[in-house]
Amino acid sequence: MRSRTTAEKILSNHSGQDAKAGDIVIADLDFMIGQDGTSGMAIDSFRKMNAKKVFDPKKIAIIIDHSSPSPNEGVSAIHKKIREFAREQGITLYDIGCGVCHQLTPEQGHVVPGDLVIGADSHTCTYGAINAFSTGIGSTDLAAGMISGKLWFKVPETIKVVYTGKMPKGIHSKDLILNLIGKIGADGATYLALEIEGAPIDEMSVDARFTISNMAIECGAKAGLMKADKKVLDWVAKHSKRKSNPQEADKNAKYKQVIEIDVSKLEPQIAKPHQVDNTCSVSEVLGTPIQQGYIGTCTNGRLEDFQIAAKILKGKKVNRDCRLIIAPASKDILMDMIKDGTFQTLLEAGAASVTPGCGPCVGTHNGVPSDGENVISTANRNFKGRMGNPNAFIYLASPATVAASMIEGKIADPRKYL
Amino acid sequence: MNGKARRLPQNDNINTDYIISGRFKFRIQDPAELAKHVMEDLDPEFYGRLQKGDFLVAGKNFGCGSSREQAPQAIKYAGIPAVLAKSFARIFYRNCFNLGLLAIECDTDKIKEGDELEVDVNSGIIKNKAQGYDLKIAPLPKTMQTLLADGGLVEHFKKHGGFKL
Repeated sequence: MRSRTTAEKILSNHSGQDAKAGDIVIADLDFMIGQDGTSGMAIDSFRKMNAKKVFDPKKIAIIIDHSSPSPNEGVSAIHKKIREFAREQGITLYDIGCGVCHQLTPEQGHVVPGDLVIGADSHTCTYGAINAFSTGIGSTDLAAGMISGKLWFKVPETIKVVYTGKMPKGIHSKDLILNLIGKIGADGATYLALEIEGAPIDEMSVDARFTISNMAIECGAKAGLMKADKKVLDWVAKHSKRKSNPQEADKNAKYKQVIEIDVSKLEPQIAKPHQVDNTCSVSEVLGTPIQQGYIGTCTNGRLEDFQIAAKILKGKKVNRDCRLIIAPASKDILMDMIKDGTFQTLLEAGAASVTPGCGPCVGTHNGVPSDGENVISTANRNFKGRMGNPNAFIYLASPATVAASMIEGKIADPRKYL
Repeated sequence: MNGKARRLPQNDNINTDYIISGRFKFRIQDPAELAKHVMEDLDPEFYGRLQKGDFLVAGKNFGCGSSREQAPQAIKYAGIPAVLAKSFARIFYRNCFNLGLLAIECDTDKIKEGDELEVDVNSGIIKNKAQGYDLKIAPLPKTMQTLLADGGLVEHFKKHGGFKL
């Protein structure tokens, strides 16, 4: 048997053939999701394809998270269409306030190691952190998946990313992935899968790993795969009743490229406007005035992220020249934050909390910045207009860097607050 | 196909937020109405400059970012039959063919705004009539050819009742 990458193994298992990089295969899907920005169009395509029933309602979920609760009648019409479709087909609907699709899908146990998952949302690659080949697709592909339970895939070649060294204090998984995207560029892994490994990954929590896999798409990658170690298997056992089928690359698997990165001298990273690969160390932009901070999203809206921010903001106040918005990535996370005091600490510091979901990330509802304003955010994209105003400027950073910047009202180095 | 080349103020990494901003995508469901906002955040004059049949010409990594299929849909409904770029982001590329919009990989460096182009997918040649040279098109994968011949994924499913690629 030839040596295979993780992507080749998962796609082989789901297509019933030896899937080699470059092949096009039709594969069986374990789960699929849509969100409120993409599902309306998927439902339209489903109807246009003359379909009556989805192939298996238990393998589909739709999440209302991007513009939720609805800010206007246009969005309300889309939400209504989604709710009616979910009811008619008997599929799982996570309605307003449940959280972000990429938190809920693994948290509610829909995805396990070895799975093949598609989502009509580009950040579906998030579940690579728990060893699933999961990838973003468009609305019509989702419709085809809902009808047939299958989708065609081009089997990707793989870039292996090996992290070494010890994570310095104040450096988090967000800094690692921003640094990688800056190194290889916005198209550095287009049409490719990433396999991400190394001691710093082994040592970090599953929550922290999701942040890295989530942003694989920001360098064009189709998937951001990690190994299913004990931490992952324990995490999955806590959230899902489904059986895992972990997959690991063979020793002699062929990689397009191997990138080694020593994290021990890494500084906190910032992605400057208006591209995610426009990265630098925090020292380069220290003192840039900030009017709005945002902690949340499918990238950095998990309990650990808020705990890191709360530790820095405890007993302090958000600077009077700026405002801080927080959006827990799910209702369960919000409840955990309430239980352990994180929520109170952040509110006392002056944070404004919005509904669990995407929050201000994509500019469709709450938290649109004004002309000329600078925002520092834990999200995954800083494109011009991303947060709803093309005349605002978005800097991306870790929750620690955002929290430190809130104290000073300008971009700050979190390491001085540890 | 004949039409004029339309270029944008930015060459590489045109993301789907620029093609159609999230704030329009959620407000407007009618694709023809949505198309009027195509590229608005990057170039507010873009839609007004377009004539039916014009080609959109860009550099590398066209369509990166979100999976929104409204992006290729807005381009198509703006009357653009094909996007010519040095490379495409993966999800956008799939979405184009699913909708029956041509995405053509070729060396676009020398094409200028307003150049008169003749695109022939069958012969694999783009003629730049304004500058008098021919460009070779990278051949389309068979899967994409099938989808295009069927008129997109919806028509493909209607015809075959599932994937027949």
